[in-house]
Amino acid sequence: MRELLSGNEAVARGAYEAGVRLAASYPGTPSTEILETLAARFRSVYSQWSPNEKVAFEVAIGASIGGARALVTMKHVGLNVAADPFMTFAYTGVNGGLVVVSADDPEMHSSQNEQDNRFFARFAQVPMLEPSDSQESKDMVLTAFELSEMFDSPVLLRMTTRVSHSKGIVELSEPNSGPDKKFVKNPAKYVMIPSNARKRHVVVTERLEKLRQFTEKTPLNFVEENGSKIGIISGGVAYQYAKEVAPEFDYLKLGMSYPLPLKKIAEFIRNHDRVIVVEELEPFYEDQIKAAGFPVEGKKYFGNLGELSPYRVAQGLKEAGVIDEIKAVAIAPEPDMFPRPPVLCPGCPHRGAFMALKKLKVAVTGDIGCYTLGVLQPLNALDTCICMGASIGSAIGMEKVKGSKKGTVAVIGDSTFLHSGVTGLMDAVYNNSNATIIILDNRSTAMTGGQQHPGTGLTLMGDKAHEIDIKTLVTALGVKNFREADAYDYDAMLKTIKEEMAKPGPSVILTRRPCVLMPKRIMDEPYVVDLELCNGCSACFRISCPAIVASTETNEHGHPKAEIDITLCTGCTLCAQICPTEAIILKSQFVEV
Amino acid sequence: MANESLNILIVGVGGQGVLLASEIISEAAMKSGYDVKKSEVHGMSQRGGVVSSHVKIAPKVYSPTIQYGQADVLMAFEQAEGLRALDWMKSDGVAIVSTTMLVPAIVTSSKKLTYPEDAVGEMKRKAERVIIVPADKIAGELGNPRVVNTILLGVLSNYAPFEYDLWIEMLKTKVKARFVEVNLQAFERGRNIRLSPVEA
Repeated sequence: MRELLSGNEAVARGAYEAGVRLAASYPGTPSTEILETLAARFRSVYSQWSPNEKVAFEVAIGASIGGARALVTMKHVGLNVAADPFMTFAYTGVNGGLVVVSADDPEMHSSQNEQDNRFFARFAQVPMLEPSDSQESKDMVLTAFELSEMFDSPVLLRMTTRVSHSKGIVELSEPNSGPDKKFVKNPAKYVMIPSNARKRHVVVTERLEKLRQFTEKTPLNFVEENGSKIGIISGGVAYQYAKEVAPEFDYLKLGMSYPLPLKKIAEFIRNHDRVIVVEELEPFYEDQIKAAGFPVEGKKYFGNLGELSPYRVAQGLKEAGVIDEIKAVAIAPEPDMFPRPPVLCPGCPHRGAFMALKKLKVAVTGDIGCYTLGVLQPLNALDTCICMGASIGSAIGMEKVKGSKKGTVAVIGDSTFLHSGVTGLMDAVYNNSNATIIILDNRSTAMTGGQQHPGTGLTLMGDKAHEIDIKTLVTALGVKNFREADAYDYDAMLKTIKEEMAKPGPSVILTRRPCVLMPKRIMDEPYVVDLELCNGCSACFRISCPAIVASTETNEHGHPKAEIDITLCTGCTLCAQICPTEAIILKSQFVEV
Repeated sequence: MANESLNILIVGVGGQGVLLASEIISEAAMKSGYDVKKSEVHGMSQRGGVVSSHVKIAPKVYSPTIQYGQADVLMAFEQAEGLRALDWMKSDGVAIVSTTMLVPAIVTSSKKLTYPEDAVGEMKRKAERVIIVPADKIAGELGNPRVVNTILLGVLSNYAPFEYDLWIEMLKTKVKARFVEVNLQAFERGRNIRLSPVEA
């Protein structure tokens, strides 16, 4: 059986074939579809969204110690959140196999940084596999579980955006049931008090030595000989780029890239006149190979910024002098093209909050989610975005030093608040911050595609769940100034934010308009523009709604009047509220004369 | 199984059906006995931003993305996006571009940024083989504005090495049942559009 699968779908398929019994995750691009695929297509695997990656990791640890094969998946920055359990679980080792998938995002297509998580394998001293396409993604999940149990260690499977989100043809296999294990009490192995942990660190060091021997022999690291004097060492999707542009060279392809097969690498270097390392992001292979005393080149030709591509690899190889020509680019790029950044959807309830914040000119500490788009022109209403949950802590610090004369407001979504905003809010109460915190509750993990979370009342597998009530949670923490406001009511938003900022102590404003896309598409009666009344002032253009477009009619200064695309307008009314000439009216009330 | 290879770059704006189109092409390639890879980016880049999908078809495919400047076919669901991506195409490549115009708020609210006056005209000036498709107009005639992508697939079918019946089968399996009929009509309308023999 062959199927066209994305890398993420292939990981899910691999987990199913490996007899995984539990998978846990928090959504994050580019990793999200792994658990979505499990929940949709492989129902025999119990799969769940956890509130954050740390909890997801701990859930998987419990399943592993309980005897089952367990999978935990996250985006690269998610592993920062889960680093605490990861680093110490590397000491205890597993019972049932445990595989950690880290999906990195070189180029930051949808991320706040492009950290290279291969370093986490070295940091935790656990084995790492790096698939370069969908077939390898599936196969390596199966191998990773075998290695996990063979070496009593969690295994890091390191994906990148182009592996996770590219589709390729995958040969499927029959599922196996995995090993049949039970929980066995073993505190010396699983209770990491100092006296036990010291002994386990010895085990980690011995394990690494065994892994060093294994990595020299495994077929995951293989040489492809083409009779060339030039050798390329590569892994992950960079290998595919190099093979495409320079198939004539010899290759050492690294599938198990921690620990590195240094003897195999040394032999490969001895057999070639020149060896070039082609890897994306940081010089992870290159530095280790050089530290071992072997002469290789790499990063000086490719750099460490952004994702590689066939073209960039070809450029680097040309700069290195090993290829003569790059296939020509025949058509000149178009200069001065306008940008088309992502925007808040028509009818997005976040828009009302940002219109008010922009008007108030306060310092706005932001967070991770669709609402991060509030930073872009023409809304320009966000001042910081660091990591999940950071908005509240940053607002506390900024307010303590009176960094902004106009006051400080934190903006955070529901899923992000439950992920890691709650502890920040606890800090705001405990340390009597005067910051105002707006929780934009759209009842969805919207940016990653509308996943469930502990506040939505449904689990990943579709079961009913208790809905955590944000108001109850916030007031239980001791927040005295709690208000709800309608994000579709611009004046009310302005007034509420102003009033709450004037109060001493922390204030929380909760908006509860649901996401207009998910779980169900919201389409109320659309609005239209009366071009007789529109004076072309552009006020509605500045709220950045994709449904509002330029009319071919212009005002006396030649500025375009506005038109509304009624197939996109959701009838949220925000533009009508700010139109100074009241030219935006309900479609049914518009009478053409 | 043929020995040909074909790099198809599909560009558009979030919500235009770029991903469904590339899915149909990729499945058709697999069923025709080719190796195939396709690559696109999800997440933040979709919220009304540019969406692009690379489809690579060959006896053996390595990179999931097309090398810059090496697309054989550029399919653009929006004319400015077609112009923006034209440099990804080979000089003798075929560009299939919908006359659809989507002007983003960042342009309408700005005094500095402009939308190209004649994007399809500019494409014709820069490349030899450009097929301009009035897909919005055809979709309007068919009574469904969401079939622009299928009309362009119909045009593409003249330049891709798959059997006609396979295209029809793919549409029937990938499109929701109640939209199959209008999509088949859209495909036929597109299939009637091609470069004239002289140009081709």
